[in-house]
Amino acid sequence: MATVTIPTPRPTGKELEEALDDGITRVRVNGQDHELTVDPDMPLLWALRDELRLTGTKFSCGIAQCGACTVMVDGVAMRSCVTPIDAVDGSEVTTIEGMDSAEAKAVMEAWVAIDVPQCGYCQSGQVISATALLMENRKPSDTDIDEAMVGNICRCATYTRIRQAIKDAAEKLEA
Amino acid sequence: MTLHANRRQFLTAAGGLTLGLFLPLNKRAAAQSVVAGIIQADEPVAATFEPNAFIRIATDDTVTVLVKHIEFGQGTYTGLSTLVAEELDADWDQMRAVSAPADAEIYANTLFGLQGTGGSTAIANSYMQMRQAGAAAKAMLIAAAAETWNVSADEITVSKGKVRHEKSGKESGFGALATAAADVPVPVDVPVKDPKDFVLIGTDRPKLDSLAKTNGSADFAIDIYRDGMLTVAVAHPPKFGATLINYDDADTLAVEGVAYTHQVPNGIAVYASNTYAAFKGRDALKVNWDFADAETRSSAQMTQEWVEAAKMGSTVAEESGDVDAAMEGAAKRLSADYTFPFLAHAPMEPIDGVIEIRETDAGREAEVWMGSQLQTVDHGTIAATLEIPQDRVSINTMLTGGSFGRRAQPGSPVAAELAAIAAAPDQAGSYKMLWSRSDDIRGGYYRPLTAHHLEAGLDADGNIVAWRNNIANQSFLRGSAFEGLIQQGIDATAVEGSTKMPYKWPAHRVTWAEMQTPVTGLWWRAVGHTHTAFATEVFLDEALIAGGKDVVEGRLALITDSPRDAGVLQRLADMIDWSGPQEPNGRARGIALHESFNTYVAMAAEVSEEDGRPKVHKVWCAVDCGVAVNPNVIRAQIEGGVGYGLGAALYDAITLAEGGEVQQSNFDDYRMLRINEMPEVEVSIIASTEAPTGIGEPGTPPIAPAVANAWRGLTGESIRQLPFVGADA
Repeated sequence: MATVTIPTPRPTGKELEEALDDGITRVRVNGQDHELTVDPDMPLLWALRDELRLTGTKFSCGIAQCGACTVMVDGVAMRSCVTPIDAVDGSEVTTIEGMDSAEAKAVMEAWVAIDVPQCGYCQSGQVISATALLMENRKPSDTDIDEAMVGNICRCATYTRIRQAIKDAAEKLEA
Repeated sequence: MTLHANRRQFLTAAGGLTLGLFLPLNKRAAAQSVVAGIIQADEPVAATFEPNAFIRIATDDTVTVLVKHIEFGQGTYTGLSTLVAEELDADWDQMRAVSAPADAEIYANTLFGLQGTGGSTAIANSYMQMRQAGAAAKAMLIAAAAETWNVSADEITVSKGKVRHEKSGKESGFGALATAAADVPVPVDVPVKDPKDFVLIGTDRPKLDSLAKTNGSADFAIDIYRDGMLTVAVAHPPKFGATLINYDDADTLAVEGVAYTHQVPNGIAVYASNTYAAFKGRDALKVNWDFADAETRSSAQMTQEWVEAAKMGSTVAEESGDVDAAMEGAAKRLSADYTFPFLAHAPMEPIDGVIEIRETDAGREAEVWMGSQLQTVDHGTIAATLEIPQDRVSINTMLTGGSFGRRAQPGSPVAAELAAIAAAPDQAGSYKMLWSRSDDIRGGYYRPLTAHHLEAGLDADGNIVAWRNNIANQSFLRGSAFEGLIQQGIDATAVEGSTKMPYKWPAHRVTWAEMQTPVTGLWWRAVGHTHTAFATEVFLDEALIAGGKDVVEGRLALITDSPRDAGVLQRLADMIDWSGPQEPNGRARGIALHESFNTYVAMAAEVSEEDGRPKVHKVWCAVDCGVAVNPNVIRAQIEGGVGYGLGAALYDAITLAEGGEVQQSNFDDYRMLRINEMPEVEVSIIASTEAPTGIGEPGTPPIAPAVANAWRGLTGESIRQLPFVGADA
């Protein structure tokens, strides 16, 4: 496998600009630096899974229709299945394995407390989308929840519990 | 307490025997495979006490249940562990669950006669087995304590994971007794608890797998990575029944990361060092297909043919009285035709699996990681494809990202493709088969395209005196190892729910016309009930209304000798304060009643019109599934079943264009229900002492007819064709 995963200091300024052109993708994932020499078009999803073995991020549709592959890139929730690795050169990526903010913890606790998951396959993406919502909006209305979560499909239709868990997490964060 | 055999022949004891006859003989040899060893490698269980094939008690006090069923969201890890914990008097916090190995004898579904999960039978077939396993283990712990403490076993009690001897004040956890208990002879015929003494069964309990499924640590088959593993994408025929002529892989081999290609029975396999390269290489193949035997009809044309066949009527599945005379003498006659499209299951985890071939001194062996819903059939298929004895194949049944029936296949084509991928290079190695979403949506094994023709005759008082229901669809059991289940010309999975209805009419006839197509069919969450519940409950509503009856009162009058049906319908009417379909807020309510898999469900949907389409706001459900082992899981399965059925009813159809190509390929044109479309769901569970029955499927069939009946109340329009709206909504 064409992968090098030696932690290196993150370049800055001019050094960073040069680094962006050298065919090596440098990403900090869950706080750890990685250098990847894979096809620059490889979606971030497959770099995370196949190269870095971070398997919490899931593949389901491959065309940004379902949200199972959602990760945070520089603090913004993104669909990793349509994000070429090249586009995150120099970025900071957080996957479900590295989600440890107060919002993420509140969301995960709320998820477990009311047993949101059924098959569980989409839930990494759901948790990240819900966390991103609460980072922006501590008191989401039903409409806010719909808008933030509409891109995340759950075939088990755990939606009523997802809605409840987001409200529970929001309440806990307010307390 | 005895288990009632499910009315589907598939689930009866006789059905199990029939299955045995149709399975390859070498299946029986599999029963000799390793029992205790194959717990998932990354979850070793430090067991010191193994009272039986289902329970492991470790010195750290953990109790691990080896679950013989696949866990794919229905909650079976929690459910079966609850049964064990109840009889063991364990504390819920000490319970763990892992997947049992594939073993046709030890881990058979007691209703199937082979290892497998389906027909909503996991709890039903395990209810006594798991309780007896727990009771036996408890008896052994008590015997060990009695010997260790030198007291009478009769004076020892067990509660919440503690073994106590009141008089001497001695107390122990399970772990400290594990070693001694391992030397106790295995008891036989240990009595189980009287249900009135249940501590855990019947109460809400947190699920054992929620945390792992929330923080990303749960491992599915797609998450397995072996050293040097190649990822494999297969180019499948673009039409059903097409075959390969030849292919050119020059461009494929030029893709960085692609190792090689092989022809496999179902297409061309592209082997690569990563998933991106495998898909890219697969897409670069140039393939010539032979369409001589392919399905080239459009689904629109097929639907027309199916409707014509249904109108004609065919093999009688069930009848009473003289329906022709009764229809002739009726004061009023109604008829309607209903059509149902092909439906893909579209589980979130695409079809996948990992297989490792190892060469050992004893010969070739294989280890498999997959979401196996019929382990025994998959096991035999893999061994046969690899041409090695079945006891040299081990299957790790993984947590699975949904299935809804997709991974239970009579001919095990998924396992066969996985094994063929491993067989082609003819050497040691490990391979991950991964389908793209488009492979899944276009890959067949659909809920069959179906047509129903309904007729009803009413007397002068508006009573239904004649009922005719002709069904036309394909049989996916025909030509499979399960063909023996087609009896007297009727495939029960094609008509179930239209026969043995709770309603009593003076005369009725149900017929089935078997249609032919190379498009592959399969059971889809609730199987035949997915169309029979809709056709019968929507038409019954029309007939009751035509006869001037209230749809709740009218149903109750027809089910006076079906107390459990009447029980859920009455409960539902109370929940919604039923006084007719119209609501003051401009919405309307519709109801449906349908038993499936021995579970009785009455459902109501409250609907409004938005842009000419139904918007479902709230769903009420009364359910009788016998003893409610874990009400929390039951509510979850009803919520999920409603969402699954509603999404399909509103949006989904797999259609074939002129020439036979599937027109959908992903979630953009095969549309899933999303959070903003999910109604609130209120569930009421009937208290019962009957043996527990299924819950994974029965919530799905009634939602579509409830919505259609509400829509009629709202608009006067009858919906006779699914989906209501279509994918472009």
